[in-house]
Amino acid sequence: MSSTSKRTPLAATHELLSARMMEFGGWHMPVQYQGILQEHKTVREAAGLFDISHMGEVFVSGPGSELFLNTLLTNDVRRLPVGGGQYTLMLNEGGGVLDDLLCYRIESEHYLLIVNASKIDEDFAWIRSHASHFEPSVQVENQSPLWAGLALQGPKSAAIMQRLFPQIDERGQPSASLLPARNTIVSLPVANGPLLVARTGYTGEDGFECFCSSQSAPFWWDLILKTGEPEGAVPCGLGARDTLRLEAGFPLNGADLSPEHTPLEAGLGAFVSLQKGKFVGRDSLLTQKETSIPTKLAGLRMDGPTPPPRAHYPVLFNGERVGETCSGSLSPTFGLGIALAYLPSQLAAFGQKVAVDIRGRQFPATVSPRSILKHKP
Amino acid sequence: MNVPTDSLYATSHEWLRRDGDTAVVGITDHAQHELTDVVYVELPAVGTHVSAGQQICVVESVKAASDIYSPAAGTVEAVNESLSNSPELINTDPHGDGWIFKLRLDAGADLAHLKTPEEYSAQLGQS
Repeated sequence: MSSTSKRTPLAATHELLSARMMEFGGWHMPVQYQGILQEHKTVREAAGLFDISHMGEVFVSGPGSELFLNTLLTNDVRRLPVGGGQYTLMLNEGGGVLDDLLCYRIESEHYLLIVNASKIDEDFAWIRSHASHFEPSVQVENQSPLWAGLALQGPKSAAIMQRLFPQIDERGQPSASLLPARNTIVSLPVANGPLLVARTGYTGEDGFECFCSSQSAPFWWDLILKTGEPEGAVPCGLGARDTLRLEAGFPLNGADLSPEHTPLEAGLGAFVSLQKGKFVGRDSLLTQKETSIPTKLAGLRMDGPTPPPRAHYPVLFNGERVGETCSGSLSPTFGLGIALAYLPSQLAAFGQKVAVDIRGRQFPATVSPRSILKHKP
Repeated sequence: MNVPTDSLYATSHEWLRRDGDTAVVGITDHAQHELTDVVYVELPAVGTHVSAGQQICVVESVKAASDIYSPAAGTVEAVNESLSNSPELINTDPHGDGWIFKLRLDAGADLAHLKTPEEYSAQLGQS
């Protein structure tokens, strides 16, 4: 363990469970407990619990916050009702991606931004510097050290959460669910609150991301796992989180997203509202849209059994290097190598044949939908 | 960790079980545990000649690709084809069904640099 690694409130819990620990984005995190393949399978078939306390919680409040966030983020915050959440991006002036995040409207003038662990300080500085033009009608607060995050993911996660938070009517009968709908967040009335529960995730499965105080994290961790025992819920590490998100075609900032590429290149145009008015990076995106989008983030599938593709393997077309993989793995669900790579736009169409260079040998691959989960082979 | 007494060991965590002029090679129980789930084995080509300590093939887990080194000088006489479809044999039976290749040892091949089971166990104890 690097002495500079930060520990989440659950680090001791992971060590007690004999998790294999690694450094990720400056954090001391579990990579696996029983094994990546088994944890991956359990999330696809039942449910798995992840520590996501390393992620950042930045609150934006005040009467100017809607206007402010709409000038800072790519998606249209005005579309969010209270309790609504949306995936969105924060760009530099050139349109390059600084971070991808989730923006929740907790109250009408109170927003929660969930940002990537390795970007908390940079993001906060960037958000604050832009918020200074909106003072005093906007306040920004980095509350990351106060919060912990637990993600319960998998088809059985709703049943587990339902049992954990039963809604009982005045006659003692089960009634309407307390649980949030997809892409929304609720504050659950619990004794050792706060507890914010969002119906979101990074695995391609139904699931919940629960945000609680750092002190209460071990309590919720143990309670969720114990409640999920009948469904076979197990603790899962970042290894499975990475293979799960890659099968779902979700990009990872720092690997698939970077200031070198715009969200239009990354295929995230659905989360960019060019019509809503000015926001940081918009002019560059408009120019790119009017002229040309040079590269596109393509999903690759290996044709047949190959060594697993990994990040930074060259991608070739007609023997010429046309790009490199930014993420890659064996898909545990389908037993097939999958990868993401920025390719020249003309080579990014589905069905395009390319090759991936793995240790000097070329293996054929096909440009395919990025989610192998939704578009099964 | 299982350290069978019928084998010799390389510092880089391969085992070698000698039978006359030939020897079977695999990776140790400790190595498979460190690698975690093995998902791909790039087997060496039969007929390849290697010297002791030379990189000969690659074993890949979900997270990483690891080079495997030949513990002795010789010519690859056979490879474990079962690993193509069942790479997990390296995890489930690293010293048995998870063997990787068989060498015909060079005449006078020197095995003195390899560790005894006791020495290898001591190495694991220190790491």
